[in-house]
Amino acid sequence: MEETKLSMYQLYKEMLNDYLQHKSEHVLYSAQQLSKEMLEKDMSPEEMVSLHISVFKEMVEDLPEEVVDSFELLLEVMIGYGLAHREFMSLRDRQRQLDSELNVAAQMQESLLPHEEINLKTLDFGVISVPSGKMSGDYYHYIQDENGNMGVAVADVIGKGVPAAMCMSMIKYAMDSLPEQRLQPAALLESLNRVVERNIADDMFITMVYGSYDPKKHNFYYASAGHEPGFFYNADTDTFEELETKGLVLGITPKVHYEEFSLSLEPGDFVVLLSDGVTEGRTEGEFIERDDITKLIRKYKHLPAQDIVNQVFRELEKMQDFHLRDDFTLLILRRNV
Amino acid sequence: MQVQTHVDIHSEWGIVAARQAGRKLAREIGFGSVDQARITTAISELARNIYLYANKGQIYIEEVVNSGKRGIKIVAKDQGPGIKDIRKVMEDGYTTSGGLGAGLPGVKRLMDEFTIDSELNNGTTITSVKWLR
Repeated sequence: MEETKLSMYQLYKEMLNDYLQHKSEHVLYSAQQLSKEMLEKDMSPEEMVSLHISVFKEMVEDLPEEVVDSFELLLEVMIGYGLAHREFMSLRDRQRQLDSELNVAAQMQESLLPHEEINLKTLDFGVISVPSGKMSGDYYHYIQDENGNMGVAVADVIGKGVPAAMCMSMIKYAMDSLPEQRLQPAALLESLNRVVERNIADDMFITMVYGSYDPKKHNFYYASAGHEPGFFYNADTDTFEELETKGLVLGITPKVHYEEFSLSLEPGDFVVLLSDGVTEGRTEGEFIERDDITKLIRKYKHLPAQDIVNQVFRELEKMQDFHLRDDFTLLILRRNV
Repeated sequence: MQVQTHVDIHSEWGIVAARQAGRKLAREIGFGSVDQARITTAISELARNIYLYANKGQIYIEEVVNSGKRGIKIVAKDQGPGIKDIRKVMEDGYTTSGGLGAGLPGVKRLMDEFTIDSELNNGTTITSVKWLR
């Protein structure tokens, strides 16, 4: 430290000397570069003022007393700036620490999502979920049983960031504890609602849609708890229909009855489930309409389901200048044969 | 020779007197101008805290020597309301007076050693030392 101070002293002395003689922009540029180095070495403003005056005193003989005194006043003022600077540095360190903690938490959250490959001849499945920040308030779930039945879900915690993410993990564990209801969407939502109502704060809500697919009958059963309505794509007529959704969001009152709906899927038909982050994106101040989403899906519908959701996300992300306002989850389940 | 100066703080005049006494001793011990300014700023902040939150108290300033090293010790003592949440006042960015001054984290940064003792309704004692390098 003392050594760097000494070399700093020399460097600054030469610089000041040079400047007083030539007043060149070149020296000013070097001074600007030097300031970066000094910041890196934690040189505080008051030390800088002190360096300046001691160099100056040595260079100019008989420096008027007023000049020296005036620097004392400046030094006193600079102490406050120096403190603010150091406070900023310590806050920055803390921010870095929080960031890395958040990264670990985000990884843990990632690991709560299902990662199994879906290998079903009858079904083509794809899902994408991207948080707007580090942690997500969206959750998706899929599971297949030994008979080829498949359960899928998308949930959205009202709110974002860490509190929403913590809430989300509860949904995951609650769902794991209800395996017998995997194929009964309405009953599952009713059970989940009781768990959520008991365990989360009054000002937090979760919307959710749960569906199950029966590969023998090719029926898709679903129920919704106030969730953003999904779509049903009819391949025969090449049209999108909105999924019927009624039902109170999870966590408001303990006893809620959810209605179960069913769709019959023909080959090529598919179901789209999404979170409101998909539809509530904005481009240049304008909302992305649900029509825009179906247009995009139609554009890529010749691709496998996973590629469709990836492509739709890429386009929407681009439309929003790569700035997601809300967590984004899009899931497609298509009947192949 | 160890001298202890003590200054009563019950007005802004007291703050200035404490600064003066601190600067004088710091100079005598051999602190450079930057450290002198840091020490006086620390004294200022401690004295202002007394003045603002406890109305009155004392600042003690003395030279200390430890294994050949010389330093200056500042003790701020008051019989005021005490600090409820010490962790909170030691947090960066937290100042009860609405952003005025460097606060206690600032004092801690300006000095080398810093300890705080506070009892609710029984006053606060803050001891800080800066060593001559």
